[in-house]
Amino acid sequence: MPNRIVVASAVLTFLVGSAAQAFCGFYVARADTGLFNQASQVVLVRDGNRTVLTMANDYRGEAKDFAVVIPVPTILEREQINVAKPALIEHLDAYTAPRLVEYHDADPCRSEMEYMLERGAANDAVPSPTAMRARRQAAELGVTIDAEYTIGEYDILILSADDSAGLTAWLTGNGYRLPDGAQSVIGSYLKQGLKFFVAKVNLTQQAELGFQYLRPLQVAFESPRFGLPIRLGTVNADGKQDLYVYALTRTGRVETTNYRTVRVPSNMTVPEFVGDEFGEFYQAMFAKSLERERGRAVFLEYAWDMAWCDPCAADPLSNQQLRELGVFWLGGQRSRGGAADVFVTRLHLRYDGETFPADLKFQETGDRSNFQGRYIIQRAWQGDTSCSGGQSYLAALQERRTDEAKRLASLTGWPLAKVLERVPGSDSERPQEPWWRRLWGG
Amino acid sequence: MTITLPKDPRWFQIAALSTLLTGGTLWLGLEFRWSNSLVIVATALGVQWIGNRALRQPFDPRSALITSLSLTLLLRAASPPWAIAAAALAIGSKFVVRARGKHIFNPANFSIVLLMLCTDEVWVSSGQWGSALLGATVMAALGLLVLSRARYAETALSFLAVFTLLAFARALWLGDPLALALHQLSNGALLVFTFFMISDPKTAPDRALGRCFYGALVAAVAFSLEVVWFVTAAPVWALAFLAPCVPVIDALWQGPRYRWARPATTSLTATKGGNYA
Repeated sequence: MPNRIVVASAVLTFLVGSAAQAFCGFYVARADTGLFNQASQVVLVRDGNRTVLTMANDYRGEAKDFAVVIPVPTILEREQINVAKPALIEHLDAYTAPRLVEYHDADPCRSEMEYMLERGAANDAVPSPTAMRARRQAAELGVTIDAEYTIGEYDILILSADDSAGLTAWLTGNGYRLPDGAQSVIGSYLKQGLKFFVAKVNLTQQAELGFQYLRPLQVAFESPRFGLPIRLGTVNADGKQDLYVYALTRTGRVETTNYRTVRVPSNMTVPEFVGDEFGEFYQAMFAKSLERERGRAVFLEYAWDMAWCDPCAADPLSNQQLRELGVFWLGGQRSRGGAADVFVTRLHLRYDGETFPADLKFQETGDRSNFQGRYIIQRAWQGDTSCSGGQSYLAALQERRTDEAKRLASLTGWPLAKVLERVPGSDSERPQEPWWRRLWGG
Repeated sequence: MTITLPKDPRWFQIAALSTLLTGGTLWLGLEFRWSNSLVIVATALGVQWIGNRALRQPFDPRSALITSLSLTLLLRAASPPWAIAAAALAIGSKFVVRARGKHIFNPANFSIVLLMLCTDEVWVSSGQWGSALLGATVMAALGLLVLSRARYAETALSFLAVFTLLAFARALWLGDPLALALHQLSNGALLVFTFFMISDPKTAPDRALGRCFYGALVAAVAFSLEVVWFVTAAPVWALAFLAPCVPVIDALWQGPRYRWARPATTSLTATKGGNYA
């Protein structure tokens, strides 16, 4: 059955091939993760019980102050950890970002047939103590260093512990600043049998490698758990944080099983001025949608077969790139001539400890239907409108613009009057015409 | 002024499930595929009619409607053929998979689990109801109404009590805030399961004691599946795994067989060996 659907979508790609852009609008702009501060991005590659996790955040402080503490289900061997190129996630972000497309109104003074004919023709390193001392000190606190690696610019430890007090004391003593309240969460994870993956930047390595920024960390493991531990991130309660999860799977769309997954409002025509401020529009619309869900939903921004896109905000990722992200079921380079065996889901959530008290749990569904955050601008005809068709076009245009303004106000929470001020020829600029004036074509 | 309520609790169940379906669509914007819902109802009624006819019984659409609504609320299918398969398997199982004169599996539960075992094309969207406590309360109230009419609340209530107890006990043991346990419990899908699936009087044990034991057993297994093996929609799996224990429980604690109350005005009589509605 899955094969049948894969074949069907491949056929569709082929059929729409040349006309693709016109079909879903001309791509204008995208709302990528750069819009949101404090955004973390996670790529989750999952098939069966196998998971490859790639984690990136927009940390902008001093490298020596950077540290991550992540609960992981198993002790990870050296080969299960990797450092990825940041460009991979940037590309995935661009490919899946909500997009703005535009269409142009046709000349109202020409017949549709004329127009159709024309179109047809045109076409920190672990600090000072030596390894021995660190191990001894750890043992005294009931902490076991299960493994220790330097990978890329990171010094990585895999820790397990008898209790949370010991682990917290060890982490604090070794320069990891833990927020208040972290101990109970660490305790909960330890009782659930989880290990801790902790990483700091090895400044010497970083200087040798010459990277100015921190590259994403990757881990691969096998576990029935399909989720993301977010609770440690909510302890410090430094306001809400944005998290993007890109799931790469074989069967279909991924959704959360312990929170609502909601589609972001999409496929709507918005006023032309949104073209200049698509980022602001998307942020406001996201905030409004979140408010409607009382802050407790995960938003689906993109769900698509990795083989194609329409319109493309960026090219689909190549097999090589997907392989680097951990898509282990793809063969070597160019093994299948396309990445049709990968389905991408982009989820976006804004969370804190109150609205998202529990870690995220996911499931892969059998749904391979495509979805994208897509917003449309319909550009008005700028030419001659002196013919009779032109007059009715202008009247219809005025109504359309008013509708678009109302829709925008409701989507974003922006005051309607302010929106109308920016819409040319909308109702705010001219007195309301009686409804019956054009009833009989008068 | 007196209001005469129908004696058959299935009418309440149909009303409650329809309300959930409507409310879920209007307020939560749940994505029920109407094409799937329609084929589910049509297939379920069709198979019920064939089954009744084959056994020379009068056609009774009520249980088939309840199964259809439960399937619509819980099951997600990638395409209509899987929805048709789900409805056919559900109603078919009532006529085929039987022991001691009653069907073993709750029909909707049986087909959901069987299909999830066979294909990736169907799934249960446990998270779609969110954890809105208000919604949860409404759902619980609707369910209780149905249960009180059916006088068979024990299975559902013992399930809920044990599941709640385990969730709070685990939170205390882990040192987690109780909000986590509440979050786990106010899952809409869990409540739909409790009040509209495990509560099915036709597949519950005959004696009250048996029903309490059975509800607690399903809760314990479901909870373990969820927190130890990370199974999604764990209660649905647990119920299907444990349904074959009901004949054993009935043998241990014997009691009178459940029959849907019938309106006094109808001329229907109970069929031999238990009815198939």
